[in-house]
Amino acid sequence: MRPVLRAAGLALVITWCLAPFLWQVITSVRPAAELMSLPPLIPTRLTAEHYAAIFAGHPFLRIIANSALVAACTTLLALAVGAPAAFALALLRVRGRAVILAGVLAISMFPPIATVSPLFLALSALGLHDTLAALVITYTTFSLPLAVWLLTNFFAALPRELYAAARVDGCTAFGAFARVALPLAAPGLLAAGLLTFIFAWNEFLFALTFTATEAARTIPVGIALFPGLHEVPYGEIAAAAVTVTLPVVALACVFQRRIVEGLTAGAVKG
Amino acid sequence: MKLERELDRPLWYLLPGGVLLAAVTLFPLAHVLWASLERRSVLHGPPRFVGLENYLRLAADERFWNALGNTVYFAAVSVALELLLGLAIALMLARAWRGRALFYGVILLPWAVPTAVSARMWEWMYDAEIGVLNYLAGAHVNWLGSPAWALNAAIAMDVWKSTPFVVLLLLAGLQGIPQDVYRAAAVDGASGWSVLARITLPLLAPVIMVALVFRTIDAFRVFDAIYVLTGGGPADSTETLSIYAYKALFQGLEFGYGSALAVSVFACVGLAALLYARLMREALR
Amino acid sequence: MARIRFAGLEKRFGTQPVLAPLDLVIEEGEFFTFVGPSGCGKSTLLHLIAGIEAPDAGAIYFDDDRVEGLAPGARDVAMVFQSYALYPHLTVRENIAFPLRVRGAARAEIGREVGRVAEALGLAALLDRRPRELSGGQRQRVALGRALVRRPRVFLMDEPLSNLDARLRLEMREELKRLHELYRITTVYVTHDQEEAMALSQRMAVLAAGRVQQCGAPQQVYADPANLLVAQFIGSPPINIIRGDAVRDLPGVAALLPAHANEPLALGVRPADVRVHFEERPGTIPAEVTLLEPTGSDLWVVGRWRGQRLNGRAAPGVRLERGATAHFSIPSDRVYFFAADSGARLRSD
Repeated sequence: MRPVLRAAGLALVITWCLAPFLWQVITSVRPAAELMSLPPLIPTRLTAEHYAAIFAGHPFLRIIANSALVAACTTLLALAVGAPAAFALALLRVRGRAVILAGVLAISMFPPIATVSPLFLALSALGLHDTLAALVITYTTFSLPLAVWLLTNFFAALPRELYAAARVDGCTAFGAFARVALPLAAPGLLAAGLLTFIFAWNEFLFALTFTATEAARTIPVGIALFPGLHEVPYGEIAAAAVTVTLPVVALACVFQRRIVEGLTAGAVKG
Repeated sequence: MKLERELDRPLWYLLPGGVLLAAVTLFPLAHVLWASLERRSVLHGPPRFVGLENYLRLAADERFWNALGNTVYFAAVSVALELLLGLAIALMLARAWRGRALFYGVILLPWAVPTAVSARMWEWMYDAEIGVLNYLAGAHVNWLGSPAWALNAAIAMDVWKSTPFVVLLLLAGLQGIPQDVYRAAAVDGASGWSVLARITLPLLAPVIMVALVFRTIDAFRVFDAIYVLTGGGPADSTETLSIYAYKALFQGLEFGYGSALAVSVFACVGLAALLYARLMREALR
Repeated sequence: MARIRFAGLEKRFGTQPVLAPLDLVIEEGEFFTFVGPSGCGKSTLLHLIAGIEAPDAGAIYFDDDRVEGLAPGARDVAMVFQSYALYPHLTVRENIAFPLRVRGAARAEIGREVGRVAEALGLAALLDRRPRELSGGQRQRVALGRALVRRPRVFLMDEPLSNLDARLRLEMREELKRLHELYRITTVYVTHDQEEAMALSQRMAVLAAGRVQQCGAPQQVYADPANLLVAQFIGSPPINIIRGDAVRDLPGVAALLPAHANEPLALGVRPADVRVHFEERPGTIPAEVTLLEPTGSDLWVVGRWRGQRLNGRAAPGVRLERGATAHFSIPSDRVYFFAADSGARLRSD
């Protein structure tokens, strides 16, 4: 295919991906008076009033903090639970290993709607309604399948003689895990951690169901239910959207190789 | 000297994960299955076992069939579009070129941003009066407000969000095809379209299957995008199974019937997965 | 230093036997080699001694301690793997120190022991490098260092030289011999290279299909093979084997085997014992030359006689050509007889 055509195609794809974001940025600095009229496309003057509004009027900062806390805790827990499990499945002799992995994969295909109502009842009964803990427990569990799948592949790719050498050198199985396998699986841990973080950051259905107030509200719910008295405050929503997109942009750009690695790892092996 | 059996107990490594998975996914699933066999509603007193009554009601429920139809339509169209577009883009960008890192970063954005946020972004663009799409097209379509357009508008948004994932998968698959195969084809005199049809696509088939499976399952369980974009309206024209189930459970407070609806979503996803598993097994032979 | 005893040691893969019941003793401080073709079970045996795999039957004793049920870390063995298995994320120093750190040794002691081993193996300049920055020979020495730093009572080596080029392999062979003389640790060595086994070991066992075919000092195994398998595996170039009626037609041979006169036989004679001449001499057999291999000190001549392949030595300057007739002299006092079907060695008294 001719390079010119390819460059044009590339430009088209990039425009298609970025245009909605660009429009949000423009909207977020558009004065309220000009929000309801098109043309002009570009606002005549820029304003920061929407950004001020979302941090002053609404507890938006609290919502961002909630998301950050939940995502961070989920990631740490998911790795802490998933890494040993993946190690056992890859390097120790486990009977029914293929069945376990298939089962874990099957669980990742559960529709969230199928489990949300009993979880809601159980968490409420435990007094965990409207808490961040409810989200952390749920998210950790639902990100386990992907994390375990990814990490099992990483551990299995390590030379088996390394594990044997560590055992002969005096390590227990857990010692070999902690001193040799885990450091060498660092790229896998990073990839799994990133995907888990993104999943927890973006999750909507459980957050919608299990939280009621800003005490535990996370970003997706916060933006979906953005309060507006008479009309939808598109300017403020745009400001909020841009604010929460920035960390995601940073993550995606810095770690894009790892994220892509994680996403395609399972797929290309099938 | 006493013989000690090696302390090589895999069980301890698997236990925490196993407990979590059992408690938070398997047990609730069992509960939902059971609840779907009950009449369990806040308005009707204590729960009562009613067998398959909920499922009979399901079969006769027009709203259910509407939701099922919407879900199937959504899944079919969005997956087809994502695959075709994804394939076209992946093929266009397959050969090594500079700036790949930046490209990946850009293409990941629609996938990485929360669906709820994307939905509000697109809601703003779809606005009938002041949306930029109508402005640029010089049209005056009521994208989210008319039953004819709403579901397609949702599909367009989902395609924007999910095609990058398909592109990434297919690119990885394309990279796995050794260059020698293409050189041999060139020597044999094959050109352009025939190379695509006879070499690239067959070798890419496994990855295409994987992309199909993941995207189909995700499309069948769609919730976030539609809930935020249209809430299921207008006139239930965008109501998918997950949304209907959610409303029955948390707005109608009918846990029995709602559970039956939730089970139907699970059944759809399970059926799709089984179908693909069967297809893949056939293809392997 | 431990004395190793195997009692009825067995290993199966499903129903397939990998190691037939093994009863053997390796003396304290001995350098013992298990040698055999690929797939003969020698690596499995090493894994059983190390504790990486568990036997299906039988026992292993280190002195009077029964060890086959113990975890590898509890047996006080050290092992050098074929791929060296160095920890890629640790430096050379940390690799060597690893076994000591795992056992909770004091920092001063670790520093001291690592220094000692690094000196002995010439690694002092490489201590802060990572394995990927080292050459094959250097990696091998780090693997040795990691094994020796603990002063184990048993030292295991799984084909450690097979990944090295020819010249390095010879150097390392000398090194291994020197280390063994220095430390006198009971060493169990495994290789498929019979020359290596002969050069390094005090005693060796030839393994084939999971069974010990013969066990003894290298010279003895070479000079007095117990069966056809051993005779053909040990010795380079490989022993000449003559089968069928041709055996009895060899000059001077008929008188040597009165007891087995009517059985099908195979005769073996080492190429080093076969002299090849340009001209005919009494007691020689004529053969058509098919291959000539000059090695500087010898001229190996391969010829065909009665459909049998013969390899022998000629003086370096002899003028022979392919297709010509050379005359092979087979000394009747240096031949071995084997039963043609079972391969068992037949002795003339």
